[in-house]
Amino acid sequence: MSYSDYGDNDPIYGDDLADEDRESRPRLMLMGLRRSGKSSIQRVVFHKMTPTETLFLESTSKINKDNIHSFIDFQVWDFPGQMDFFDPTFDTTAIFGEVGALVFVIDSQDDYMEALARLHSTVVAAYRVNPNITFEVFIHKVDGLSEDYKIDTQRDIQQTTTDELADAGLENVQLAFYLTSIYDHSIFEAFSKVIQKLIPQLPTLENLLNILCANSGIEKAFLFDVISKIYIATDSSPVDSQSYEICSDMIDVIIDISSIYGRAAIGAKRNHEAFSVIKMGNGTVLYLREVNKYLALICLLRAETFEKQGLIDYNVHCFKEAMDQVFELKRAERTRREMEANQLLEQQQHNGLYGHG
Amino acid sequence: MGKSGSGKTSMRSIIFSNYIARDTRRLGATIDVEHSHVRFLGNLVLNLWDCGGQEAFMENYFASQRDHIFKNVEVLIYVFDVESRDVEKDMHYYQSCLEAILTNSKDAKIFCLIHKMDLVQEDQRDKIYNERVLELQTRSLPLQVIPFRTSIWDETLYKAWSSIVYSLIPNVQLLESHLDNFAKICEADEIVLFERMTFLVIAHSTRVDNGDVHRFEKISNIIKQFKLSCSRTQGSFQSMEVRHSNFAGFIDYLTGNTYVMVIMSDPTIQSAATLMNISIARKHFEKLEGAQFSK
Repeated sequence: MSYSDYGDNDPIYGDDLADEDRESRPRLMLMGLRRSGKSSIQRVVFHKMTPTETLFLESTSKINKDNIHSFIDFQVWDFPGQMDFFDPTFDTTAIFGEVGALVFVIDSQDDYMEALARLHSTVVAAYRVNPNITFEVFIHKVDGLSEDYKIDTQRDIQQTTTDELADAGLENVQLAFYLTSIYDHSIFEAFSKVIQKLIPQLPTLENLLNILCANSGIEKAFLFDVISKIYIATDSSPVDSQSYEICSDMIDVIIDISSIYGRAAIGAKRNHEAFSVIKMGNGTVLYLREVNKYLALICLLRAETFEKQGLIDYNVHCFKEAMDQVFELKRAERTRREMEANQLLEQQQHNGLYGHG
Repeated sequence: MGKSGSGKTSMRSIIFSNYIARDTRRLGATIDVEHSHVRFLGNLVLNLWDCGGQEAFMENYFASQRDHIFKNVEVLIYVFDVESRDVEKDMHYYQSCLEAILTNSKDAKIFCLIHKMDLVQEDQRDKIYNERVLELQTRSLPLQVIPFRTSIWDETLYKAWSSIVYSLIPNVQLLESHLDNFAKICEADEIVLFERMTFLVIAHSTRVDNGDVHRFEKISNIIKQFKLSCSRTQGSFQSMEVRHSNFAGFIDYLTGNTYVMVIMSDPTIQSAATLMNISIARKHFEKLEGAQFSK
């Protein structure tokens, strides 16, 4: 494989190359006590496992690095719950140094005092090494709790952790809390919000979506990562979970139908032009268009507005071009960096220093 | 009919009352016979008799209610629980059932569903199913049975019910010939007709074979799921269009009682043309349906 091959978003990375492009891949870390549901989350969100199947997952016994080949190349580090990574032999700098977001999972159906203590020590340790980490707390397995109890639990956890951090002199550490469950869409929504914080182009994308919505009479637009059904950007109007759910179900339907009738396509070159329209009885139209290999734009609009389909098609086309330009910048940047790394590597090899792999 | 707990009511709820598989857990046991009238294809009314399977009821059906239950039966659907321990007893009831059918309505079609196949390990399924079918066929002589393996968790349920319903619709051939014609006119690869409420396949016309034999059931299942998620957002599913680089699929209502799915593979044919064809065909099929059921 030549180096220029993986300069664009080709998903096939060799593991031995991970060192060089580590910085370009925001790392996501999943942590929590044993049996808090980390592996299940990972399987459900990134591997399309159904929630009921996760019951049969065995407990994880080693750090499980999982590269997700999706729009942004992020990594999920699934730490086994029973490991004490504050052991002095563990290199905290290596662990937390390049982490973009640290997701701490708390089992809300369990007694969570131990988890909170662990969360506190994790945050303190990680913050010392890398103050740029965003800390995200998933109050997990809330499907078993009543509505009132959910709110109480969240308030309790939030209060305790912020107080403890304040006592430790870390008032300015921001923790975000989410109520999640793998049995509904809440885990996807929480991940969407986490991942949005890791995307440097987010303000630009949101702005583009806003312009698109304003000029085409679109009520709501989402930019979805097709594989994980996480939305990486949306316009600035408030998100209601219903429209998110219907959009993610739409992706499912389209993938399923395409897998039945689009099978002949495997040999042929795909030109990423999947397009779909679903009309609903209450006058809503769902409009999907594939933007690139990983992303799809889904818009919700009224049937009246959709009469001018040509206009919308054109506007979406413009949006697509703008997006390509945004990512072209990033790609150019990355290719440049890879070229440098490549040169360095060649030099090392030339000098006979490249022997660690 | 079938033994207690074999899953008759769950099945009925999924197909005819828009339950999702998970929710059937909440269903209680059926007491005596639950009659339900399902309007199918608008004018065709199915009288569904869901017979409670507990032993007391079963004895009752064969004794005092024998005439009442087994008169004028068009289709007998007997459900077997594949996990059942007491196979001999199942067979005993099944045979009593057949006897009663033979005397009271001997033209009835008999479908046997080997249910809960999902509970059997994947590699054993074929073997167990074949064994059961063989036994059933020898036991049900002189009557012919049509066996199916089913599970509420996948599309096999739709396959079984589609075939059952298919056998009940009058003039299916006529409908199919018109579909063939329609497919030829709009140069479609495939046209499938679904019932509107249940999304069971009624008829289809294939010009280019796809290779996946279970595709209709899969589509039924997919769309049904999506319809349910639509109804959660206070909307109802109306129509959809999917376009890829190598195929275009359209699902839209055709008549008051049916949905049609048109699959095109020629990318140069514009969506609007196909949509126009569908809307023109609507009138024709509406008339056809009217004529068919007024007879």
